[in-house]
Amino acid sequence: MSKQRPGGREGAASRRAFLAATATGATGALAGCVGLGGGRSDDQRPGVAGETLTLTTTTSTYDTGLLDEIHPDFEDLYGATVDAVAQGTGAALETARNGDSDVVMVHARGLEDEFMRNGYGINRRDLMFNDFVIVGPEDDPAGIEGADSATEALATIADAGATFVSRGDNSGTHTKELNLWEAAGVDPGGDWYQETGTGMGEALNVATQQGAYTLSDRGTFISQRSEIDLVVLVQGPIEDGPEILANPYGIMAVNPGVHENANYDLAMAYIGWITSPGTQDAISNYQVNGEQLFFPEAVSEDPNFQQYVPEGWSNSSDSE
Amino acid sequence: MPLEPVVGLLQGFLDLPFRDGYVPSVVYVSLYVSVIAVALSTLFSIPAALAMGFTDFPGKQFVKSVINTGMGFPSVVVGLLVLFAVSNRGPLGALDLVFTKEAMIMSQFVLATPPITAISLAAITGVSDNVRDAARVLGGTRLDTALVVIKEARYGIATAVLAGFGRAISEVGSVLIVGGNITGADGVSKTRTLTTAIQLEARQGRYETAMVLGAVLVAVVLTVNAIVVRLGDTGVNR
Repeated sequence: MSKQRPGGREGAASRRAFLAATATGATGALAGCVGLGGGRSDDQRPGVAGETLTLTTTTSTYDTGLLDEIHPDFEDLYGATVDAVAQGTGAALETARNGDSDVVMVHARGLEDEFMRNGYGINRRDLMFNDFVIVGPEDDPAGIEGADSATEALATIADAGATFVSRGDNSGTHTKELNLWEAAGVDPGGDWYQETGTGMGEALNVATQQGAYTLSDRGTFISQRSEIDLVVLVQGPIEDGPEILANPYGIMAVNPGVHENANYDLAMAYIGWITSPGTQDAISNYQVNGEQLFFPEAVSEDPNFQQYVPEGWSNSSDSE
Repeated sequence: MPLEPVVGLLQGFLDLPFRDGYVPSVVYVSLYVSVIAVALSTLFSIPAALAMGFTDFPGKQFVKSVINTGMGFPSVVVGLLVLFAVSNRGPLGALDLVFTKEAMIMSQFVLATPPITAISLAAITGVSDNVRDAARVLGGTRLDTALVVIKEARYGIATAVLAGFGRAISEVGSVLIVGGNITGADGVSKTRTLTTAIQLEARQGRYETAMVLGAVLVAVVLTVNAIVVRLGDTGVNR
């Protein structure tokens, strides 16, 4: 769409060959078992070719231009179209609950876990992470710059009654913000606390215009920094800030047992593709204004069982 | 297409950060959805307005006030209702219409129909009874009479259609909800209209590009108005 598309696809030849081989194999299996889409056509197109995957996701993955950067590769490989709908985590999950999307990419583990526990989401994978930062006007009226603790910084803002812009939209960032207030022991409210009910970009605009503080994911902040007059006052863990500001993204397929019209095959192809080493590299290489926005975490030598199940889940009845 | 030079000019001046084909495809989706929705609304509204203009029935005043209320119906609410209808959990779920142009046409139809019906009705009611009586006296059938009245009321009806079109193409709430503001990975719009594209740019703080798209929207509306007015004029034979 709107972003310049930096290099990032060179050096992809071997990865492409690998992915193509994988895809062909997987497709053969698919076509054999499921007999999708009229079988193998003359040019050996995958069985999912021509189908459309509806992905509901957050404004932070969309507005940063990441999806526009990486999706052409998926569409080349599978001949399928990805319809990415940017909604915010709460709305993205709700759309999936109604059976109107096939796969969700969001960033609020609590909401993701609830979604899985209710049976709507399956095959969750950790995808990537960045972090949240507390941003505000350069003159920093509440004096929070360099605070070691995010919760302390928020408490200071509340004490000073400095204007704080909240997303107020049940998004992943909003969820994180509410968790932080709770951890800070502050019940936000009053003239200084403003809920915009909009996406991250708009909230940053509002904060700029009002000289206010806000919580932003680093990706959206970087991609929009040239348009706004805000600076990072409390860093997240990527820049050695407090761990509480971590911002992990997960991806899940919609359960075809609940919504039988969900395009499960294509959803799993997408999850397999986006968690593959090649795409994870592409995510890692994606830069805006010379800065990396997302850090992949799907590929790892070590097992990570917690990514598949709700946080803290254990099958205690089976032990012993 | 008369717009292409305009878009090209703007792109030359402002070097919009869009891929080739993006803006034309967004304009195309806007026009496609609004024109079809308004055409369907017109096909529905004019017979309805004629029927109401020609007959008296109990509750007519009530129906009129319902239509007038519909003119101010919030588009976001219409979007939500259409979303519930076409969602996989809704009554039309089997058709798989969520995030498609067809769903957008449905919501635009609901939005455009009240103004078209109400303004057409006013125009038809405004045609002098003498005209109607003359048509009857001269041996005209009901259909002949209706055609004569439509001809007399054509300017009012054209205004009605333009009002409906203006509401449809400038509307952002419902098309965002039912359409999803989708653009493909190739940069070609699927359900992104000019209004939702403007909203997206504004959300990202790119107010200049949002303004340029706004100018394109105004140009599109002006062009369509000019075409409709021209069509209305060529219909006159004097």
